[in-house]
Amino acid sequence: MKEFKITSNLINSQIIGKSSSIGARSVFEGTVRDINGGHDVIKLEYECYKSLAIKEGNKILDEASEKFGLIDAFCIHRVGTLEIGETAVIVVATSGHRDEAFKGCRYIIDEVKCRVPIWKKEHYQDGETEWLKGAG
Amino acid sequence: MENILQIQVIYFAKLRDLIGLDREIYSMEEGNNPSDVLASIKKKHNIDIGTNFKIAVNDEFSQWDIKLNNGDRLVFIPPVTGG
Repeated sequence: MKEFKITSNLINSQIIGKSSSIGARSVFEGTVRDINGGHDVIKLEYECYKSLAIKEGNKILDEASEKFGLIDAFCIHRVGTLEIGETAVIVVATSGHRDEAFKGCRYIIDEVKCRVPIWKKEHYQDGETEWLKGAG
Repeated sequence: MENILQIQVIYFAKLRDLIGLDREIYSMEEGNNPSDVLASIKKKHNIDIGTNFKIAVNDEFSQWDIKLNNGDRLVFIPPVTGG
């Protein structure tokens, strides 16, 4: 099964990818940290161009499934305001054996971070805010 | 007489904050492309927003030199920072 989802609700990875033919289940979880570039971060805001994000996200899952022979490929990304420690993104890749699951999971998160139209705004302790610049 | 194209431009993230709007309609000449629209945006708002964007037309990644059609929905996508 494959699914790329954008949600404003809390994410729980426990229920994703549990079929009986799976021998390996690799989970990546990206969480909100309290410091970036020397600034004290108090919360994050994620914004998304949803229709294109879902298209591009599903394309990445297809690529990963094809390249690594995954059984499942899931990615769920939060949008809206996130507090420190909350999960911003979850990737789950499952396969018969661990190597493909690890590689597939890594591929998905790396591609999502550079291709899917989602943007992050940091809110700092001193009241300032900043949209992060990205790689360009 | 040349046709006038109505192009809807949608702004996200930093670009929306800079321009102060989430969408606008631009009247463009037939044959114009996203580069021409960007030039119009810069002129209208008198701001330098650079050119470091990807382009989406009607929710598909596209190119700077594609000829736009009447009613197209255009998005300039700043470098993404998800994850």
